[in-house]
Amino acid sequence: MSIKGRAYIVGAFEHPTRKAPDKSVAQLHAECAKGALADAGLKKSDIDGYICAGDAPGMGPINMLDYMNLKVRFFDSTDVGGSSYIAHVAHAAQAIAMGKANVVLITLAGRPRSEGQATGTAARPGNPAIPDSPWETHFAPVTANVYAMVAARHMYEYGTTSEQLAWIKVAASHHAQYNEHAMLRNVVTVEDVVNSPMVSDPLHRLDCCVISDGGGALIVTSPEIARSLKRPLVKVMGAGEAPKGQFGGEVDLRFSGGAWSGPMAFAEAGVRPADIKYASIYDSFTITVLQQIEDMGFCERGRGGAFVSDGNLISGVGKLPFNTDGGGLCNNHPANRGGITKVIEAVRQLRGEAHPKVQVPNCDLALAHGTGGLIGSRHGSATLIMERE
Amino acid sequence: MADRIIPSPVQSPESEPFYAAAKEGKFMIRRCKDCGKPHWYPRALCPFCFGDTEWEAASGDGIIYSFSPMRRAGYTIAYVTLKEGPTMLTNIIGDPDKLACGAPVKLQWTVTEDGTPVPTFAAA
Repeated sequence: MSIKGRAYIVGAFEHPTRKAPDKSVAQLHAECAKGALADAGLKKSDIDGYICAGDAPGMGPINMLDYMNLKVRFFDSTDVGGSSYIAHVAHAAQAIAMGKANVVLITLAGRPRSEGQATGTAARPGNPAIPDSPWETHFAPVTANVYAMVAARHMYEYGTTSEQLAWIKVAASHHAQYNEHAMLRNVVTVEDVVNSPMVSDPLHRLDCCVISDGGGALIVTSPEIARSLKRPLVKVMGAGEAPKGQFGGEVDLRFSGGAWSGPMAFAEAGVRPADIKYASIYDSFTITVLQQIEDMGFCERGRGGAFVSDGNLISGVGKLPFNTDGGGLCNNHPANRGGITKVIEAVRQLRGEAHPKVQVPNCDLALAHGTGGLIGSRHGSATLIMERE
Repeated sequence: MADRIIPSPVQSPESEPFYAAAKEGKFMIRRCKDCGKPHWYPRALCPFCFGDTEWEAASGDGIIYSFSPMRRAGYTIAYVTLKEGPTMLTNIIGDPDKLACGAPVKLQWTVTEDGTPVPTFAAA
């Protein structure tokens, strides 16, 4: 049994805020839910399934279900960091295909910017219950330096350069200039990126994503309900999810879990990487994009540096338009989790509702891919392929 | 760069024997009694076959698999591949400009604030 063609994304909403000190996290979740329902043309009482992840305050889905006063017959709170919400679409589709739900709401929200978190460089306290913590936490593996080790190894193995990584940020900034809500709207150059302050060698400040408040929500539903609504039809075609860790000490930083989740999604959808018209690729750092592009099979392993150069990711210029909202690098990284905005921009592209300056012509097949956790140590990966019907 | 002070490790029942041996200057890894493979970080059950594992002394010799200096924070994170096989997360002590992937390193204990040594490395 497959989820192919058995569920549709009918509601997608990205909260316009990027700084929300005056709102609670629960309120942001609910505002996103309301926005996605309005986008779909559905009512609150239509929801009979709910999925959230670790950014939702409280125990799993329970406190948010009570806050929103939703009565559901299906819930899930799989937390694989920023990739959660991409996996959630697949989980929603599975529940719908099995008859366990008809209208599934997925929400994400958070306020790391208002709360002043130094997300990427702050050392975390040790926790003896986490099995790797007695061996690692005191060495301060933070977000930035663990991703930086992936970049350093890629450079060593394949000759990738900082200038090639910089092209990823350049492409994102070209897209962000048209997004009125983006945190960073100035177009930058390769020189701007490589001359920005070094955060964790070889990653510079402009190789890193923004820290923003905000959120997003999605509504996934059955083919019958989707066809009764007035929105363009965005069909779930295939999905994959995979974890990757340190393999008991056989550490290999040349690929992420996307090397498994990507092929699963392509196999289920029955399409190839060359068929994809638009790709949302998780961009916590520039190296994240480079590695995921290789993992998805958009280019040969080790050739990502050449592939992303010279504007190849810029809509209207290159072969693989990516993150046309500006992505996490320029637009938004709500709750330090970029998975839901990856799906939302892919839905905009498939509907033809992206900004006209970045809309991919005849965009009928799109991919959203994310990682959650640290690609250099432990993470979850999730891939989703969608088609405009 | 000013070296960051490494805090003392948190402990679990699986880590306590390692740090007790470290206080005697012994660097131990764990190997499976069933499949014979060593692994890192140390576990009671083999991460390859779930066999029972036992401690053995390791050489402390390794090469840098990857590394990243955070100069303002004053430390270098690294993966070091031990001569025995497993790759471990650690810090490398000393001038980061003299480091490279593939370069040899040698164990150099760093004593943390409560007196517990942790296994760091320096250029060999």
